[in-house]
Amino acid sequence: MGSIFSQISAVVAMNIRSLGQRFWMSLAMVIASAVVVAILLAFLAMAQGFSKTLESAGADDIAIFTREGSAAELNSVISRDQVNILETAPGVVKDENGPVVSPELYVIVDGIKKSSQTEANIPLRGLDDRGFAMRKNVQITEGRMFTPGTNEMIVGAGILREFDGFALGQEVKFGKVIWKVVGVFTTGGNVFESELWADVKVLQSLYNRGSSYQTARVQMSSANDLEAIRAFVEGDPRLNLDVETESAYFKAQGKSLSYMAYFGWVISSIMALGALAGALNTMYTSVAERAKEIATLRAIGFSSLSAFVGTIVEALVLAAIGGALGSIVAFLLFDGLNASTLGGSFTQVVFAFELTSDLFIQGGIIALFIGFFAGFFPAFRAARLPVIVAFRNAA
Amino acid sequence: MTTDILFDLKGVKKSFTRGKETIKIFDGLDMQIKQGDFLAIMGPSGSGKTTLLNMLGGVDQPSSGEVWFDGARIDSLSEGQLSKWRANNIGFIFQFYNLMPMLNAARNVELPLLLTNLSAKQRKQSVETALQLVELADRAAHLPKELSGGQQQRVAIARAIVSDPKLLLCDEPTGDLDRHTADEILEMLQLLNEKFGKTIVMVTHDPSAASYAKRTLHLDKGEFVEKDLAA
Repeated sequence: MGSIFSQISAVVAMNIRSLGQRFWMSLAMVIASAVVVAILLAFLAMAQGFSKTLESAGADDIAIFTREGSAAELNSVISRDQVNILETAPGVVKDENGPVVSPELYVIVDGIKKSSQTEANIPLRGLDDRGFAMRKNVQITEGRMFTPGTNEMIVGAGILREFDGFALGQEVKFGKVIWKVVGVFTTGGNVFESELWADVKVLQSLYNRGSSYQTARVQMSSANDLEAIRAFVEGDPRLNLDVETESAYFKAQGKSLSYMAYFGWVISSIMALGALAGALNTMYTSVAERAKEIATLRAIGFSSLSAFVGTIVEALVLAAIGGALGSIVAFLLFDGLNASTLGGSFTQVVFAFELTSDLFIQGGIIALFIGFFAGFFPAFRAARLPVIVAFRNAA
Repeated sequence: MTTDILFDLKGVKKSFTRGKETIKIFDGLDMQIKQGDFLAIMGPSGSGKTTLLNMLGGVDQPSSGEVWFDGARIDSLSEGQLSKWRANNIGFIFQFYNLMPMLNAARNVELPLLLTNLSAKQRKQSVETALQLVELADRAAHLPKELSGGQQQRVAIARAIVSDPKLLLCDEPTGDLDRHTADEILEMLQLLNEKFGKTIVMVTHDPSAASYAKRTLHLDKGEFVEKDLAA
């Protein structure tokens, strides 16, 4: 008895070569699979892009201090005295100007989204030269840095891209205060590009914050210093602060849109069930149209396993073609697509959809899931088709 | 055990259930087919001739009774065992040829050889030989739709004989052909029987087709109504 593989490969080849005879039904299954994969990938790319925008902002060797229990920068407060104490903590890097610490303010202003022409919250961060230098990959791409003590600000490239009114040289009015945009900066695509930056002391004055700040960033010599700093904070009752690495902080913030990935899976799974219904119809039709061929092969001596596998493979091939098509469409439509949404501090985070190989694999998995289940039951029917069908007197 | 009796049916009963009604096709049929026979089975529609052919081919099982082939009982074999048995012993020739439309003539003929351990080269050689025998070597690369009905049936015959089975089962092999082409096909079957020793069982409505057989049995309501003249 010849190899079962030669039987199966012959049946598979026949099924694939006869797909043209069932072109429209096959195409329907391909499209159904493609739509499911494209939609799944859109959601996953959104979640991935958002998460990466936040997570890539954080450094392991920078500690961020917030008020105990505040969770996000917006609702945190840190006094000047506390900042002074932090500067003496162990592990804080010092240079010729003293400890590398950046106390910062974080307030919300309004901006008009280009896409919808609606108002949305934008963070206006107050910092100084040290804070600027502590950001990874920070670079002024147009114009210059703001001058300390003036109403000048620099805008993140994401804000410039997604919001109206922040072009270089433009004057922007927040409340009664007029600001001038003197520069545009990038930080390698991370969340800081969704911010406006100005001098922290000017902000303190204009927003009546006295000498208080909202967060403080501290340059550590290495991530290992965090525990010593934490112990220092816990040991001083004046420091009712939380501390964590900047990367851990943003990683937690990035989770705020992780529901998008789950939502994507839920939506796609529901759609996959719909696609499955259509795909089952395609495959049952395929088996019905090939009934005589299947029965003839079985009469010749081909095994029922070959009929089963042949049908499953046909379904998998159609679904995989759909999956590839959906992936290409998702890539062309969504990869790099800019969007903005509400982040952890009730402000807009500008991010780009990002499709990675890992996401394409997830798209492939759902396509093959559709293919397998669409093929399984019809394949079962094919395998159990009575051989006697081959003798029915129909041309 | 090998005897000159290829098929031996003993007390075969076969019935179908349609709704609440049980339809008896055979009620204790006995028959024997010798090696090298060319048997035509005739009878009106519903007489049971196709059911008999199906049971001989192992694609249908008797409700009770015994079917012996070449000294071995086949009515109790499993579906998987029957597949192997068919691959080793039976060549089918169908009324409507049952060729795979997406495969060319050579690929169609090759199908039964995929169930053997022959190499690709040996398979190609066997296919060429079978196609030469049915005088279609020059049409090896043609798809079924590019062939006439008679040519398609000759491809089907090549497919049936390519793995050198002992028995050819023909279900109205000329039912879809004109007289002249039908005669060519029947002459070919006669050649396979006389020159190559194939045992052939052919179901047909056509007395002219039956005249090519060595003997003819007439079925009516599940019984042979005329005695085998040649036996």
